Amino acid sequence: MRAKMYEIVKAEKLTPDVIKLEIKAPQIAKKAKAGQFIMVTPTEHGERIPLTMADFSPEKGTITIAALEIGKTTKELGTLKAGDKVFSLVGPLGLPTHLHNFGNVVSIGGGIGLALMYPVVRAFRQSGNHTINIIGAKNEKLLIYEDEIKTVSDEFYVCTDDGSKGHHGFVSDVLKKMIAENKKIDLVYAVGPIIMMKVIANITKPHNIKTIVSLNPIMVDGTGMCGSCRVIISGETKFGCVDGPEFDGHAVDFDNLTARNRRYMPEEAVSLKKWQGAK
Amino acid sequence: MADEPQQPKQPKKIVPKKYPMPEQDPKERIRNFNEVPIGQEAQTAILEAQRCLQCKRGPNRKVCMDGCPVEIDIPVFIKQVQEGNFEEAIRIIRQKQNLPAVCGRVCPYENQCEGLCVVGKKNEPVGIGRLERFLADWERKEMKKGKVEVPPPTGKQVAVVGAGPAGLTVAGDLAKLGHKITIFEALQYCGGVLVYGIPEFRLPKEIVHAEVDYIRRMGVDIKNDFVVGKLETVDELMRDYDAVFVATGAGLPDWTNLKGENLNGIMSANEFLTRVNLMKAFKFPEYDTPIRAGERVVTIGGGNVAMDCARTSLRLGCKESVILYRRSDAELPARREEVHHAQQEGVRFELLAAPVEFIGDDCGNVKQVKAIRMQLGEPDASGRRRPVKIPGSEFLIDAQTVLIAIGQSPNPLVPMTTPDLKTTKEGTIAVDEEGRTSKKAVWAGGDIASGAATVILAMGDGKKAAKSMHRYLTQDQSWPAPEVFEKLSCEM
Ligand SMILES: Cc1cc2nc3c(=O)[nH]c(=O)nc-3n(C[C@H](O)[C@H](O)[C@H](O)COP(=O)(O)OP(=O)(O)OC[C@H]3O[C@@H](n4cnc5c(N)ncnc54)[C@H](O)[C@@H]3O)c2cc1C
Ligand SMILES: Cc1cc2nc3c(=O)[nH]c(=O)nc-3n(C[C@H](O)[C@H](O)[C@H](O)COP(=O)(O)OP(=O)(O)OC[C@H]3O[C@@H](n4cnc5c(N)ncnc54)[C@H](O)[C@@H]3O)c2cc1C
Ligand code: SF4
Ligand code: SF4
Ligand code: FES
Repeated sequence: MRAKMYEIVKAEKLTPDVIKLEIKAPQIAKKAKAGQFIMVTPTEHGERIPLTMADFSPEKGTITIAALEIGKTTKELGTLKAGDKVFSLVGPLGLPTHLHNFGNVVSIGGGIGLALMYPVVRAFRQSGNHTINIIGAKNEKLLIYEDEIKTVSDEFYVCTDDGSKGHHGFVSDVLKKMIAENKKIDLVYAVGPIIMMKVIANITKPHNIKTIVSLNPIMVDGTGMCGSCRVIISGETKFGCVDGPEFDGHAVDFDNLTARNRRYMPEEAVSLKKWQGAK
Repeated sequence: MADEPQQPKQPKKIVPKKYPMPEQDPKERIRNFNEVPIGQEAQTAILEAQRCLQCKRGPNRKVCMDGCPVEIDIPVFIKQVQEGNFEEAIRIIRQKQNLPAVCGRVCPYENQCEGLCVVGKKNEPVGIGRLERFLADWERKEMKKGKVEVPPPTGKQVAVVGAGPAGLTVAGDLAKLGHKITIFEALQYCGGVLVYGIPEFRLPKEIVHAEVDYIRRMGVDIKNDFVVGKLETVDELMRDYDAVFVATGAGLPDWTNLKGENLNGIMSANEFLTRVNLMKAFKFPEYDTPIRAGERVVTIGGGNVAMDCARTSLRLGCKESVILYRRSDAELPARREEVHHAQQEGVRFELLAAPVEFIGDDCGNVKQVKAIRMQLGEPDASGRRRPVKIPGSEFLIDAQTVLIAIGQSPNPLVPMTTPDLKTTKEGTIAVDEEGRTSKKAVWAGGDIASGAATVILAMGDGKKAAKSMHRYLTQDQSWPAPEVFEKLSCEM
């Protein structure tokens, strides 16, 4: 009824569990801005999942995504090779990152969030900001996009939970230290696991440092028609896909987001098991 | 012109009732997603057609055709059915109607064509909807699927935004006139509510795909996965197209805004139906998108959408499906046939009751709906009696899933990204009687212009707009003065 339409031009494993795909999508590439995402459906039977664009090139007519392989759909993406096609790709969705010359911007990323962070910090720098970037992962092997982020950093810090590279500890430790040393910070941008974003927001709140976080609620359409992605911001319901995905970190109800993201855990397990059995 | 009806006198032996439509047994059907009405045999269709009196319309005499928003020549096609000429009959329908298999199923014909049927004054009206369905199904099974003939190209290009009933109608009508049409559709499939909202057991998706295929065979180009306003704006489209038709529907779910609405297990009818229909969650895990109903599902609302939610829940295996509606049975806005089907299937109607709060467990899942009894007071602006709370009558219903089906608003994306497109207070795009908007060369129709309505009204809007667009493209490019739209956007 509808052929698979979007061709993968390059597929690369960044870590054993992270796939980076460059996909031909000239129109999306032309329009994409930092902070926006796409909805991808790998096969006709597949689920529509949101992935932030880790890069986009109007010249090459491609967009790049990086996915952490945690469940059926992302693991399926992980098996794709150059020349394969995906069934559906919709974008660019969500509001772009608000860009402005804020001054000193501290951007903090963890895990897969590092891929999402790269185009954003690049854009912050292009807007004239002094970019201070703190990146973290469990261990050295899981640090992705390190070189790319370094090239757009005025200051650069690396953390690993096990101390295999850089600061032994969390990204939040580095931020706390900066605040304690009275470093001038005009904006904090955080993207990564929900718990990391929550911790960062709690650190900056008492100091009144404006903090933007990039949320990852469960989505279906990604265009504002279902409300699956609703998040609570200052007590008000907002749609992650059209009002976000970036929000004021001090206004987000992180606990509600954590609970809502667990909605389909039993079904997700069934889906994964079936797929692994069939493979 | 002979105004006087020259139809034969009412024959003495008119069969008083419609020939029955075979249906799946309620006990059986709540365990599957197959279509409820099975469809009639050719012989039954001919007998049903023979109940028709072949009335002529007159200035003071309304007949079936006057009730059809797309003006199908009903007596003429029925005549062909009487004689067994199905191919000719469907050709006559197709002159006016691009989605007969759909309308034959979901059109509220009891208020439209059949509502004005002369036979219907004393007996049951002629089953016009069923005949339309029969012919469309017959065509799909029996006729070859070649290219559909269209006239030579006019050289004009038209962009249609949204592939619901309104957009598909404009595309089909303008393609028939030789214009080059491109449809831009946000979702991976075409059909709008027909594919993501109305469930499989009322409208099999294969039928919608076949109707869309027919439009494609007329040479219409369809671009799926294309969100207008994000990928390109209307202004950007206008660089390449001579005219634009906006038909983006009313897809924005309304909420109760009551305490606890963001608990797990509470979702909009749109989310629930999109998961089940568009993403085929009813076939999970064969399809990847999950859905869960739980023991009891409470649906809030009383329209077609609520009936679809309640009936879908049963098929997903819930033990009890409850509709909570704040007025009484007489005010239920859903089609009677839908209410009847829901009752047959065992949906429980908790009428004159409204939710006041949603109560969750420790993990953030909904476990109960707190509701309050209502009574009907004075009539409100709509003429319906206003429901009033009965103090102290709160009660609790256990629920693992709560579906909010209290209405949909217009999709804001296109108006938001098209600065000179005027909207009304309700958020609909302001249009004149031909569907023209405040922006020259842009028309709008269907739910985005009328607010949530019906398939056939969306198609009627499409018809009107297509006529107006054709005139604009071939003869007269005049446009109403801006004040017309100033006024339209303030009204209502
Ligand atoms: C705006 C946005 C941008 C994102 N960008 C990225 C990215 O660049 N890279 C990346 O690896 N991940 C990203 N995510 C998260 C990613 O969408 C989920 O990891 C993915 O959907 C998981 O699907 P799965 O089938 O592999 O796993 P599942 O086993 O289905 O789910 C694992 C977990 O992922 C989340 N999830 C499941 N389904 C969805 C869904 N339809 N929408 C959103 N979350 C879901 C849930 O929390 C779930 O518990 C983003 C999410 C959002 C909302
Ligand atoms: C559950 C449910 C049951 C119903 N049952 C009945 C019934 O039994 N009988 C009946 O007559 N009516 C029924 N209706 C109402 C009927 O379906 C609608 O009135 C009708 O579909 C409106 O048609 P439309 O073309 O205006 O919009 P829609 O059908 O809503 O189509 C709009 C299309 O535009 C697309 N779109 C939106 N925004 C964009 C964008 N920015 N760019 C590109 N594309 C976009 C959407 O994806 C969609 O495909 C029901 C509605 C629902 C929700
Ligand atoms: S389209 Fe609807 S109103 Fe028109 S004839 Fe068919 S069923 Fe009747
Ligand atoms: S009004 Fe009824 S009886 Fe008369 S032509 Fe129409 S369908 Fe036939
Ligand atoms: S994902 Fe459906 S509204 Fe956001």
